[in-house]
Amino acid sequence: MSGDNAWLYRRRRVNNALALVLASLATLFGLFWLVWILWVTASKGMSALSPTLFTRLTPAPPGDGGGLANAFYGSAVVSLIALLIGTPVGIGAGVWLAEYAQRRALGAVIRFLNDILLSAPSIVLGLFVYSLVVKPLGHFSALAGGLALALIVLPVVVRTTDEMLRLVPSTMREAALSLGVPQWKVIVQILLRSARAGVVTGILLALARITGETAPLLFTALNNQYWNSNLLKPIATVPVVIFQFAMSPYDGWHALAWAGALVVTAFVLVLSLLSRLLLARTKVTHD
Amino acid sequence: MTRPEPPIAKSEAVQRDASGMPVPVSTGVMQAAAHHARDAHNDVLFRTVLLASALLVLAALLGTAGSTLWGGRLAFQTFGWSFLVSDHWDAVNGQFGALVPIWGTLMTSVLAMLLAVPVSFGIALFLTEVAPPWLRTPIAAAVELLAGIPSIIYGMWGLFVLAPFLADHADAWINDKLGTLPIVGRLFQGPPLGIGMLTAGLVLAIMVIPFISSVMREVFHTVPTRLKESAYALGSTTSEVVWNIVLPYTRSAVIGGIFLGLGRALGETMAVTFVLGNAHQFSESLLMPSSSIASVIANEFTEASSDLHRSTLIALGFLLFCVTFVVLAIAKLLLLRLARKEGNA
Repeated sequence: MSGDNAWLYRRRRVNNALALVLASLATLFGLFWLVWILWVTASKGMSALSPTLFTRLTPAPPGDGGGLANAFYGSAVVSLIALLIGTPVGIGAGVWLAEYAQRRALGAVIRFLNDILLSAPSIVLGLFVYSLVVKPLGHFSALAGGLALALIVLPVVVRTTDEMLRLVPSTMREAALSLGVPQWKVIVQILLRSARAGVVTGILLALARITGETAPLLFTALNNQYWNSNLLKPIATVPVVIFQFAMSPYDGWHALAWAGALVVTAFVLVLSLLSRLLLARTKVTHD
Repeated sequence: MTRPEPPIAKSEAVQRDASGMPVPVSTGVMQAAAHHARDAHNDVLFRTVLLASALLVLAALLGTAGSTLWGGRLAFQTFGWSFLVSDHWDAVNGQFGALVPIWGTLMTSVLAMLLAVPVSFGIALFLTEVAPPWLRTPIAAAVELLAGIPSIIYGMWGLFVLAPFLADHADAWINDKLGTLPIVGRLFQGPPLGIGMLTAGLVLAIMVIPFISSVMREVFHTVPTRLKESAYALGSTTSEVVWNIVLPYTRSAVIGGIFLGLGRALGETMAVTFVLGNAHQFSESLLMPSSSIASVIANEFTEASSDLHRSTLIALGFLLFCVTFVVLAIAKLLLLRLARKEGNA
């Protein structure tokens, strides 16, 4: 009988140890890919990095001696359009959800759908903008690309604004309202101001997401081998150029694609680090 | 001696004229009333603008569903239900069947889930029960970095690094060892190309691991400490506590996290486009190139030769949107169920 017990005890101990070892291995497995991917991007990108990357236009094949200047410019323009459209609408919707829709069914529905939009396939959002803008206008344009990315910015900003405003203590609302301050002033001058760091975090996160976004740009902003400042014309963007160059058979284009990939990855990682720091600071001030 | 200023200085100021003399009370009341009316008007205006922005979120989703359905009507009308089951894809003769992309999307996502779910569970377990507390935050942050890397980087790495590696070191072994198994062997027979559904599934798994593991980690933290400590007090081991206390308590949210990852995997475009090979030939083998809904749209949309071709791709987009919508809605509902139990919603 006691032999049985000892055996059972040992088996449970072994099972436990096995589970914990497997859990540690799973973590190593996850970190292994992170290190591998970042290492490859850094090493291949570094060897292709040069000052002309930012000063020269995308070259014709085979792609020696060019840069990605027009693509960086295009990405900046398209991202700026996306932020200019997505941020105000997103903040507005987030404020409505947090301040006006606490116990309303419509608020719950929109919050629910916003979370779905957050994970919806970006390529389908691109198709929507294609039929909304590109098809009626008859041509691809930087504006359409910006609009497609705005649809990705929107849910991120809505969600963070909503969450950050709900962190603001309700005593602050009540204090302001009891002084007779109109509600819109309470929201703009008091609540949004105290949640500012959180809202900015949301915008940074949204920018990080659209920086590497490729799929919806393929058939909205399209691509352009030349410099373009016309918002109604197709424009080159870094992710789309990376896609085009990486899928090509030319070594010069491959090298440029890796250099672009390194810049995009570094930018995105810095943005997410920045937003993480900002968020950590807000949490401290709220506690 | 002057009276101390009352706390509401503004309404006081309204009741004095330019020289500081009090104005007749009736004018002050009227001005205050006008002020109130203006405030009320502004409040209504503000609220309406905010409501309009919130409704834009609704419009974005409805617009996406509606425009893809409308844009795909030509394909739906032309092919009917056979669109879903035909594997015939011939752009020259205008024959399009969606079976290969649908199959490719489902298989790569299922493969990704088979790999990502146990690994994510392991990571969440490690981060909540195994690792020393000082190690938890940095490792959690590192795993979440994986989610921040743009999908196009995954695609390039998959095409230039992972695919050649698998072609040289893994595919032949899989073909020789697993390909000879009865029944499932057919899934693993193929030439060592490196690109194909297996590679796409692996890349997708790496991409969704951070999403699933961070949901699992968060919900594991919601388990009341007294429940876990009671089990420990009865002599349970850590794995028994996780298996018998933590998992049953968080079951719905854990499944919700898995569905969230599945929704991501189904709609992922660029990473899959790079490593899947864009083949329209149906093949049972996971080692063969295939295509997914998203990769077909990404590869062919701008080069679509006819209205029917373009409409077919938009119709595929509609199918993808519907499937991911359902999957993500289930995920969200399951996650809400735990939040409700916690009293957070």
